[in-house]
Amino acid sequence: MAAIEGTGMNADGLRRDGFLERMKLFGLCSPAILLVLVILVIPAGWLAYVSFLGADGQFSMENYSRMISRKSYMRIFITTFEVSFMTTGICVLIGYPLAYFLSQLPARIANICMITVLLPFWTSLLVRTYAWLVLLQKKGLVNTFAIELGLWDEPIKIVHNMTGTLIGMVHIMLPFLVLPLYASMKAVNRDYMKAASNLGANPVSAFWTIFFPLSTPGLFAGMLIVFVLCLGFYVTPAVLGGGKVIMVSMKIASNIELFVNWGAASALGVVLLVLTIGALWLTSRFVRLEQIVGGGH
Amino acid sequence: MLKWLREPASETQITHGARLWLYIVATVIMILLVAPTLIVVPMSFSDSQYLEFPPETWSTRWYEHYFTSPEWMSATVTSFQAAILTMLVATPIGILAAYGLHTSSMAYIRLVFVLLITPMMVPLILVAIGAFYVFVKVNIVHSLFGLVLAHSLLALPLVVIVTGSALKSYDMNLEMAARSLGAPRWKAFLTVTLPQIRFAAITAALLSFLTSFDEVVVAMFISGGDNATLTRNMFNALRDQIDPTIASISTIMVLVTSLLMILSQLFGRAKGS
Repeated sequence: MAAIEGTGMNADGLRRDGFLERMKLFGLCSPAILLVLVILVIPAGWLAYVSFLGADGQFSMENYSRMISRKSYMRIFITTFEVSFMTTGICVLIGYPLAYFLSQLPARIANICMITVLLPFWTSLLVRTYAWLVLLQKKGLVNTFAIELGLWDEPIKIVHNMTGTLIGMVHIMLPFLVLPLYASMKAVNRDYMKAASNLGANPVSAFWTIFFPLSTPGLFAGMLIVFVLCLGFYVTPAVLGGGKVIMVSMKIASNIELFVNWGAASALGVVLLVLTIGALWLTSRFVRLEQIVGGGH
Repeated sequence: MLKWLREPASETQITHGARLWLYIVATVIMILLVAPTLIVVPMSFSDSQYLEFPPETWSTRWYEHYFTSPEWMSATVTSFQAAILTMLVATPIGILAAYGLHTSSMAYIRLVFVLLITPMMVPLILVAIGAFYVFVKVNIVHSLFGLVLAHSLLALPLVVIVTGSALKSYDMNLEMAARSLGAPRWKAFLTVTLPQIRFAAITAALLSFLTSFDEVVVAMFISGGDNATLTRNMFNALRDQIDPTIASISTIMVLVTSLLMILSQLFGRAKGS
């Protein structure tokens, strides 16, 4: 009697054991989850809440309406988008030929050339920004060199403005575009190109009708990741912009450091976060996120 | 050389000569990518206040200034402490989580993965002010403990991704075999699985170290006083004026990074063979 019922009890027991086992394994994630919740998610939730409080502590939309009504805030958003779009655009213009070049090389030479992309990727952001500050200053290498070559007559201002910011940003963002793009180009089946030229396409039209469309997943992924990173960027515009290029992230920092205005800072933070999530959501439609973030390492 | 120009370069029979422009453009870009960082090295040995290149007179005065300055030295010690502790905190937590995600077949596991990699998606400035707010409440602003917590948060996604992808290519049956021979799960993991993914674990540890060592924005908000980091002080010095001491510090930082990069490449090679 007991034996007959035993099969049923065993099944229940196994199911319970299996569940407990899965829970225990899942529990291994708990320190990591706890860290993310306590230091990131809960503060973010609190900031979102504070953004809806007015100066008097009551519910109010004043932090958001200020963004629309005040010209200075609008200008910050325009600057942020300007820098992000320009950086992404320039990165595409110079990153695509580079990635294409790398993808055409034999594996061994490509690996060596890849170091030139990976080395900046690993080098401290601050060091690279500093390097550009030194190179672009009035008596810097770029000015001296250009005057000697006769490109311009006297030192021009190429740092502490938008130009300097863009140069630094493009240098920092380029690897983020090239790495996913390169992976995507390597995945293009070369026989397609052979077939195209066999059917009479000249090299240029074979490239534009076959190769380029097949490389677009990596291109879009790279563009969006660069765009997202630009949106929230702080260090490079702060140093190379010389106070003339004010991005959203810098306004958030100054709202807290100078004015201790958590409401205004939080509202800007919420908008920045929404923009970022929107761009990431777009990205995830083209490519799995872990492929991009894992791409560089 | 001239013959090479007329040779077909790809499947479309385009000649090397016809796309010589591509080779030139790509080479110039590659030089521009690497040169700025490397040019700082000779500049740091310049005697001039203006960091000439090439330096007219050589000197190590900026290095002397760095090594004899109590503030810079204390900041360097803080940075190394924070980076090493971040490595020791983020790596095990991240590996545990990657293992948990890999083996647990719970529903919503993908959501947990997304949650764990959010710190690398969210703009740093938001992580910084969020952490700043919490740390003020519990009074750990300007403490090494708080800095390590925040930097571990930033390093966590890298560890989860790097070790997670190594676990994906690892044959879990090996661990099963160990367990069927009587090893408890934790022992099977430590003696069979972990050695198999050790290269990924080492890479993850190096990345955690670098994440903390290079980080500026979060450190700007939550580090300070006796526990100001090197990058925080560098950033503040950069905003005011071009202090040549920074060139010498930059050179040292490039050296540290390159060393770690070479290390990780060596481990990568070993894995490949």
